[in-house]
Amino acid sequence: MFYREAGDFNTTYAEDQQTFPIKFDRYRYYLVLFIAIVVVPFTVNDYWVNSIFMPFLIYAIAAIGLNILVGYCGQVSLGTGGFMAVGAYACYKLMTAFPEVSMFIHVLLAGGITAMVGVLFGLPSLRIKGFYLAVATLAAQFFLVWLFNRFPWFYNYSASGQISAPERDTFGITITGPNTEAWAAYAFCLVFTIFSAYVARNLTRGSVGRKWMAIRDMDIAAEIIGVNPLRAKLTAFAVSSFFIGISGALFFSIYLGAVEVGEAFGIQKSFLVLFMIIIGGLGSIFGSFAGAAFLVLLPVALKVVGVDILGWPTDIVAHLQLVIVGLLIIVFLIAEPHGIAQLWRVAKERLRLWPFPH
Amino acid sequence: MPEQLAYTIEVFLNGLMAGVLYALVALGFVLIYKASGIFNYAQGVMALFAAMTLVGIQNGQVPFAHLINAIFGTDVHGFGWSVHSFVAILLTVVVMIGLAWAVQRFVFRHLVGQEPIILFMATIGLAYFLEGVADLMWGSELKSLDVCAAQGVCLPQGMNSWIDETTFNLFGYGFFIDNLDIVASIVAAILVIGLVMFAQYTKQGRAMRAVADDHQAALSVGVSLNFIWILVWSLAGFVALVAGIMWGAKSGVQFSLSLIALKALPVLMLGGFTSIPGAIVGGLIIGVGEKLFEFLIGAPFLGGATENWFAYMLALLFLVFRPQGLFGERIIERV
Amino acid sequence: MNYKLGTLAVAGLMAASPVMADLVFPSLSYRTGPYAAGGIPFADGYADYFTLLNERDGGIGGEPLQVPECETAYNTEKGVECYESLKGSGGLVYQPLSTGITYQLIPKVTVDNIPMLTSGLGRTSAKNGNVFSHIFNFPANYWDGASVAIKHILEEEGGDLSGKKVSLIYHNSAYGKEPIRTLQELSKKHGFELTEVPVDHPGQEQKSQWLQIRRDKPDYVIMYGWGVMNQVAVQEAVNIRFPMDKFIGIWWSGSENDVLSAGAGANGYKALTFHNVGSDYPLYDDLQQYVFDAGMAAGAGDQAGTVVYNRGLYAAMLVAEAAKTAQEIHGTAQITPAQMRDGMEALAITEEKMAALGLPGFGPEFAVSCENHGGNGFVAVTQWDASTKEWSLITDFMQSDQDVIQPLIDEDSNSYASENNIDPQCE
Repeated sequence: MFYREAGDFNTTYAEDQQTFPIKFDRYRYYLVLFIAIVVVPFTVNDYWVNSIFMPFLIYAIAAIGLNILVGYCGQVSLGTGGFMAVGAYACYKLMTAFPEVSMFIHVLLAGGITAMVGVLFGLPSLRIKGFYLAVATLAAQFFLVWLFNRFPWFYNYSASGQISAPERDTFGITITGPNTEAWAAYAFCLVFTIFSAYVARNLTRGSVGRKWMAIRDMDIAAEIIGVNPLRAKLTAFAVSSFFIGISGALFFSIYLGAVEVGEAFGIQKSFLVLFMIIIGGLGSIFGSFAGAAFLVLLPVALKVVGVDILGWPTDIVAHLQLVIVGLLIIVFLIAEPHGIAQLWRVAKERLRLWPFPH
Repeated sequence: MPEQLAYTIEVFLNGLMAGVLYALVALGFVLIYKASGIFNYAQGVMALFAAMTLVGIQNGQVPFAHLINAIFGTDVHGFGWSVHSFVAILLTVVVMIGLAWAVQRFVFRHLVGQEPIILFMATIGLAYFLEGVADLMWGSELKSLDVCAAQGVCLPQGMNSWIDETTFNLFGYGFFIDNLDIVASIVAAILVIGLVMFAQYTKQGRAMRAVADDHQAALSVGVSLNFIWILVWSLAGFVALVAGIMWGAKSGVQFSLSLIALKALPVLMLGGFTSIPGAIVGGLIIGVGEKLFEFLIGAPFLGGATENWFAYMLALLFLVFRPQGLFGERIIERV
Repeated sequence: MNYKLGTLAVAGLMAASPVMADLVFPSLSYRTGPYAAGGIPFADGYADYFTLLNERDGGIGGEPLQVPECETAYNTEKGVECYESLKGSGGLVYQPLSTGITYQLIPKVTVDNIPMLTSGLGRTSAKNGNVFSHIFNFPANYWDGASVAIKHILEEEGGDLSGKKVSLIYHNSAYGKEPIRTLQELSKKHGFELTEVPVDHPGQEQKSQWLQIRRDKPDYVIMYGWGVMNQVAVQEAVNIRFPMDKFIGIWWSGSENDVLSAGAGANGYKALTFHNVGSDYPLYDDLQQYVFDAGMAAGAGDQAGTVVYNRGLYAAMLVAEAAKTAQEIHGTAQITPAQMRDGMEALAITEEKMAALGLPGFGPEFAVSCENHGGNGFVAVTQWDASTKEWSLITDFMQSDQDVIQPLIDEDSNSYASENNIDPQCE
């Protein structure tokens, strides 16, 4: 009824090719943006930003990055934690070396450095395929964590071996360190999330993205029709690592403020982000958001319900949390094997015909 | 014999022993992957679950005691008896078979014919679920594992004095070999021989190989896929139990036991996901490789703790030359 | 969906916030995850002590106590969530129990004006109260531990360590690397040779490391281990027949859990501690009467008397005493976190005080001051008896080598101060 193409006339190519061709979709998208940009920053408190919005936004960036590599280009990666660590440490080194430069630039540069490291570890993908490629990224994961832990230069020879974000600002507003206002940290992460989603969406539907998908679907066939596998795979590694680096930099500098590499960026993080995109939906930007939301918000929600409302012992709630998350994953899969994004697509199809399904 | 050479040989031998332990974990992955194309992320958690169940049964713990107490306000902890290890192992095997049946019945039966990544994802859900259930059932505190096969004959721990003395008399340097590792190697050998015999000479084993070769063809000659899959999950559960016992004997049974799966990943990559001999040989290569590297280069020049990443680097090196793994099936690509 | 979650969360927050009149001592526990074995007894001890105060004395200064618990699973991100969600409940003092969470909270609690106690963990240089105004780490820190370990070895060796070999086997993380600087300084001072042997997380496989120790034949091994690494290291030490009485663990490597699975072989293993062990205290009679028999014990109630349970009791006792001190200073029973901070800074633990609490000789005597937030660095050595399955104290509480440690603390805290533009808070 409301969700339909009828009456939506596109008169220019630009209109025809926009991301949300259906009016209802577009307005919904504007509404979400409006709430995220205009409403939320003025209403949030520390709890909401630090426990809900920031992890969600930052993991969403990481998930978008990984989704480009795994979902669009078909290269399995388990090195997300390691690449996030590169972003975090690059950001830390830049922050402490050039304190007067804006954080925006540091975070972007950290992403750039991670992209270079990503390309380096992406080189074996030209030879090794499928699940076996995971070994290259796992090597990156363990090696990078070891490296940052081993050489004191990376943590500025501090006695503690941890890196802590000093107070830095951008446009005169403090965004790292303890004196940060909740809205400022939120807004800073939001800008990067919107930027990442926008860039990723437009890359993936352009010629670059089509090349990635051709490689994913069958690399030999893609090569025959003129896609250069070297360039396609390495650009996927570069773009993906760029986003993951940004998320690592934000994770360290804005969200936690102090990290230790083995604990924050261990193999568990790689798995977590991979779970997000698989659950959310491979090859879908919306899926990246949905997956991040699922794995960030659900445990918090379950904890709030179990401990704060029902008053159960914390350990039982923590165990039940695992059981419920596990069950939900399985139930979701049986209902809809292609992730939350596919559920959303199916729902849209239904909405299109509603209320007259025939 | 020069000291350095003796040390190197000792490290080499211990690397082999460690490799056997890695291979034990990898074996469970291979069984399931070969028969059903599922990369079972939950294998590590299954080892944890099996070991916890074994200890729980041994000590006569009441399952879900903490949960029951919290809900009903009761105060139950144990049945007050302890079960002989043999019986406990048998009961644990029964539990693992039940688990295999449940996994097949409630999860994978609904996912027949799906892509590998979706099956992989289902095992992620299974891992979360099992981890939670294991903790709820038996509690998350650390438990010591003490398996005695018969009265007085327990899993041995400690250095083998006989090897130490003999080698000392022969070479002037006593080699260190852990008794537990020797047992683990024997158990692993028996396990592999058993599995191979089973696969080669029994009706079910042949059916299993048929399914591994071609689902459709196996189905068409009357092999029950459902039964075979329950069978391989049970076998994997049994392998998980053995791995859980061997690793848990040293570290006690606790959450970290599920992390042994990480040790199996490079082994799988190296040996190929579909080959049982591959898992063994891969395990040995990784074990020896990482130990020797740590001894010769890692500890003296790089500050140590290099084993974790070197295992992957080593696997990577092999894969660059053989992209399908050492014993993997040849990848034939057609357009 | 979002809306629903929101209302739920809001309802949860409201349900979580207690009546403001109570004194709130949040407990950031970890009863699940890889380190649960250490987290459960601590959380039980911490909760039981406050339950006892509530049941026996009606709280502190007549104010009832609340101990809201939040599960962190030793995970920094969950720790953030816990801190933020408990902040609204007016928690008086946080004990994060994890190095990661501690580092993350150090700047935050300072801004929020809430004190934080990290006994025997966290950032060592937080001892310098001049820089870290809201962080306390009495009675002892990691560097004290390393120094006392060497002091104990000195005693064993008759005061001379020249030409001796000491190996440090450590968890390859920020925590494990803490003692290295101190030990290096001490090795220069006493002339022993130090070898560092890192073990990567999680530490289930330590063959290389123990073969190395077997080849090096060190006279002593000091361990900074955590989680599964402890059990495996003790077992491997038994396997290579390393003399257990020359193997000394830090306090996080010295609980029943760490030695029980190694069985009789672990007999004689030593560990450092900053509080006493065992259950032979008058306080335990009260616990039995008011808490255990009343069925109010936290968790499964089976941890009483273990080393880490005692550590939980001790941590609770310290903050309870600090709260009393704060009540005296400010003349009000309903103290705020800021007043609690003053109480912690004026805390003095004496033998009489501990005896009056039913815990005679339970920990070292110390006094906190504005400059010194870390006590005097008194640490004792315990030894494991595998036949009775008990730890027992084998030395008195000994002071660490302040000549070595103080300069290191000053150096690290001053660099933190200059990095973060912190002005000294004491005159």
